[in-house]
Amino acid sequence: MRSFDYRCAADRTEALSMADTAQARFLGGGTNLVDLMRQNIEAPAALVDVSRLPAAIEETPDGGLIIGAAVRNSAAAAHPAVRTRYPMLSRAILAGASAQIRNMATIAGNILQRTRCPYFYDAAGSRCNKREPGIGCDAIDGFNRYHAIFGGSEHCIATHPSDMCVALAALDATVHLAGPGGERSVPLLDFHRLPGDHPEIETALRPGELITEIELAPSAAAANSTYRKVRDRSSYAFALVSIAAGLQLVAGKIEHVRIAVGGVAAKPWRATRAEQVLLGQAPTRERFLEAADAELAAARTFDGNAFKVELVKRTTAAVLSELAGVDA
Amino acid sequence: MAIVINGTAYPLPDDPRVSLLDLLRERLGLTGTKLGCNQGGCGACTVIVDGARVLSCLTLAVQADGREVRTIEGLPSDDGQLHPLQQAFIEHDGLQCGYCTPGQICSAVAMVDELRRGDPSYVTADLATGPESATRQEIRERMSGNLCRCGAHNGIVEAIEAMLAGAAP
Repeated sequence: MRSFDYRCAADRTEALSMADTAQARFLGGGTNLVDLMRQNIEAPAALVDVSRLPAAIEETPDGGLIIGAAVRNSAAAAHPAVRTRYPMLSRAILAGASAQIRNMATIAGNILQRTRCPYFYDAAGSRCNKREPGIGCDAIDGFNRYHAIFGGSEHCIATHPSDMCVALAALDATVHLAGPGGERSVPLLDFHRLPGDHPEIETALRPGELITEIELAPSAAAANSTYRKVRDRSSYAFALVSIAAGLQLVAGKIEHVRIAVGGVAAKPWRATRAEQVLLGQAPTRERFLEAADAELAAARTFDGNAFKVELVKRTTAAVLSELAGVDA
Repeated sequence: MAIVINGTAYPLPDDPRVSLLDLLRERLGLTGTKLGCNQGGCGACTVIVDGARVLSCLTLAVQADGREVRTIEGLPSDDGQLHPLQQAFIEHDGLQCGYCTPGQICSAVAMVDELRRGDPSYVTADLATGPESATRQEIRERMSGNLCRCGAHNGIVEAIEAMLAGAAP
């Protein structure tokens, strides 16, 4: 690990002023950044520790929630308002990593974690356009079991590893930011970028900008919602595929539905085409499969991950059937 | 700038690159905590910081400034009596080579607090009410961050069940 300056910020103003070079990085729980620094994939000149900034979960006047950036993942998952009003978010967080890592990791750090593509990690032996723009991608013709079927480019097919963000995408969360240029807000769905020609640019974050809070609006589809993760072992593994979904039925018809898919793209994938198929329809397994097909029409698969199409389809139908109380 | 480890205050290292794990093992001689993968994948380095189980390999020691750390060396009572979970691990064959054991035990001690607080896990059926009881499924899910390559997981779960039931001395 290269040497760096360590600065611990007490509040937001101090954090922004401490991040005074382009080579400074904000440090939350460190579960991803410290690991990447040890691999020499990240080498910041300074770490500004924002893990001690005031962090709370508060209700908004309209019935939504604001979650502070430094709230630990485990605290958010265990919070009564999250568990009862946004169960898909609680379960998504609990599906991620291990209890030890969830105790360390912050909400903002979870959003900003980088891909677990093995070629990205293999700095000594592999090409990766995220690590070294323009050098090439060894995943496209390599071991791509864990890679994207949506939104990839000829330069990168890595996936975003977060479970929590899949629920945030389904819930239309807003990311609040503060930086040298002032405060602004970005919808979570616009926060992570698809790789395109620049896979090394992963988010909408500007230099020196800090995530301050996540805001959840009230949602009619949130109370009856869940998260299901399919992986190579039953716990403590990244997703092959995951589904965050919420459903509200009125008079036997689907009034509100939210579906997001994890493990399939460089960002949490909101399944808007599938949602459109379902609105106003009676909930049946056949209709859920049809909705998944509508979304999967845009899928592009590789040698190692073609199975994800069928897996997304079946998992989507199983989760929605569970939420609707119909036979899967 | 100080860190309290098992009730004793120590100065923090000058170099911020030093992990909490390296501080414990290499600088303070507290070698009970083990170095496994050094990248957050195995749980061998688990310690308890301000009551919460964390991975000491991914914690920079400077980040623990002012916090209270409990390691395997801090679990027995002052007169040397083993923690009930340590005793239960012996009685239920919760180990073979023993390398992952300090991490397993620190993890389980803090996990019991999470269970008693009613924190849900991924396998908890009703998130609103929390876990109904400490089933084997709940224990296995909650302990999934601690790997044992000898395969002593069944004994580990039994030891935890025994301690929760108060069967262990």
